[in-house]
Amino acid sequence: MTISAPAITVKALTMAYGSFVLQRDLNFTIAQGDIFVIMGGNGCGKSTLLRHMLGLKPPASGSIWYGEENFWELPDDGQARILRKTGILYQTGALWSSMTLAENIALPLLHYTDLPPAIIRELVSFKLSLVGLAGFEEFYPAELSGGMRKRASLARAIALDPDFLFFDEPSAGLDPISARILDELILELRESLGATLIIVTHELASIYAIATNSVFLDANSKTMLATGNPKTLLRECTNATVVNFLTRGTGNREVRTV
Amino acid sequence: MDDTVRHLAFTSEQLEDWDTRLLIFLRTVITSARQLTIEIDLSGLPPGAKRLLSLSEAVPEKTTYAKSAQDFLVTRIGRTAINLFAKIQETATFTGEIILAFVNLLIGKSPFRARDFFYFVQACGAESLPIVSLIAVLVGVILSFVGAVQLQMFGAQIYVANLVGLGMVLEMGALMSGVIVAGRIGAAYAAQLGTMQVNEEIDALRTIGISPVGFLVLPRMLALMLMLPLLCIYADIMGILGGSVIGVTMLDLSLIEYLEQTRKTLHLSQCGQGLLKSSVFGVLIGYAGCLRGMQCGRSALAVGEATTSAVVTSIVLIVVSDSIITFIINS
Repeated sequence: MTISAPAITVKALTMAYGSFVLQRDLNFTIAQGDIFVIMGGNGCGKSTLLRHMLGLKPPASGSIWYGEENFWELPDDGQARILRKTGILYQTGALWSSMTLAENIALPLLHYTDLPPAIIRELVSFKLSLVGLAGFEEFYPAELSGGMRKRASLARAIALDPDFLFFDEPSAGLDPISARILDELILELRESLGATLIIVTHELASIYAIATNSVFLDANSKTMLATGNPKTLLRECTNATVVNFLTRGTGNREVRTV
Repeated sequence: MDDTVRHLAFTSEQLEDWDTRLLIFLRTVITSARQLTIEIDLSGLPPGAKRLLSLSEAVPEKTTYAKSAQDFLVTRIGRTAINLFAKIQETATFTGEIILAFVNLLIGKSPFRARDFFYFVQACGAESLPIVSLIAVLVGVILSFVGAVQLQMFGAQIYVANLVGLGMVLEMGALMSGVIVAGRIGAAYAAQLGTMQVNEEIDALRTIGISPVGFLVLPRMLALMLMLPLLCIYADIMGILGGSVIGVTMLDLSLIEYLEQTRKTLHLSQCGQGLLKSSVFGVLIGYAGCLRGMQCGRSALAVGEATTSAVVTSIVLIVVSDSIITFIINS
């Protein structure tokens, strides 16, 4: 990896839909190798923040820096070069429904590389076996369960061995066991890929189990209230809203991990 | 309520059962009692009702999503104009993207999947044949009935062949196949792309750097543009056959006679006119279907609206463009 820490810097970011401001004055840094959690209640703009970072929607103002480069000021090919290094696991999986799993995972490879078909086939079945779906190459997304779809989507996200892996509510719609298995898979993949992880979630169990750094967005004050390791925040943060969220409204500051 | 009332209490010992209507009644009473600064004692109420009452009062005012008060007329006109401008901008961008994707395809830089293209060719073309056959034959039959009644009065029933042939080739073949395809394919495109929008599949394409227009829209549009003129020719032939059935069975014409008369009437330029129309229709239907699908919001309701809107837009565009082309050619 060529990018040195800090990997992603968000500076004075304002998010808005038309004249409706979602969040303002967001400033935080994601260091290389972090497992960075974006947390906050429903409707505070977590997913929108992800869309800004992934080049899907330009922010109302402010900037997002990948290393030394200001993403939204880059020309198209510069943005494409950065996106080439990202992988995303969408909330709904977002596998392309008209393609088999193998084709889903092969598409980023075909688009970005000139690898011969035989090698792509090998890569695809290897990625599928990494997420425990070996032998499911010819299945269509509709033929799989929700958890399998999530894992297949993860295989697609890591198809290009990304430096940055984004997760939008990875455990949404999964039972606690599947959610934990997915968490463990995410951790293992990070260790082996050396990627920086950015996770949008409000699953407290996941937050304490995996996060090394975080930012807390608040819908009422429309800005971030805290940033740092969630366990440290839980012990030391003085902001009532953050503590309330982290303790699930109980005020009990003991770390509860599953 | 009398001004002398100072204290309000409830008794519910006789009360056997109650539901939400009691709570609504109580709330009205309590609100007006408060306005009159009457002291209220709730202790006589059933415990459940008391809890629910206090719950209903504990809901905080939502400030974030408060609806703005009715806007001034000028504000609303201004906002409509801005929205309209944004719509036009969006449509222009989409058109530009399609042209760009087409250029990219020609220079071999598009992520175009031949398999998708042939799938849509099959869906638009071969799978439309049964319904197009049925409609075109019936339209031919109708045209020939309408003509036969009039022409028989002059003993000129042979000219039914002219009427049906010209009617199908100039107008009805292109129009009918266009309307059928708008309903079958335009709607399907809007629904497919709309659902992909809801499932974030289109975002997923964008973030790996693949243009959704080149990858999803272009094969759909090209398949339609290629297949609709062919369907039009097919509809022309089926319509003429339908007309000939009436000619032979009801007007005592022989099949050879009928077809020969049709052949004498039709010129290649007239067939060209129908083909020109259906080529234009193909572009318009594909465009409307894909545009509505790509503009679709992120809910099931939005997919339904996109589908309806795609069909309505297609049919309006078909009829309007048809009259414009006819007007230009005949003037």
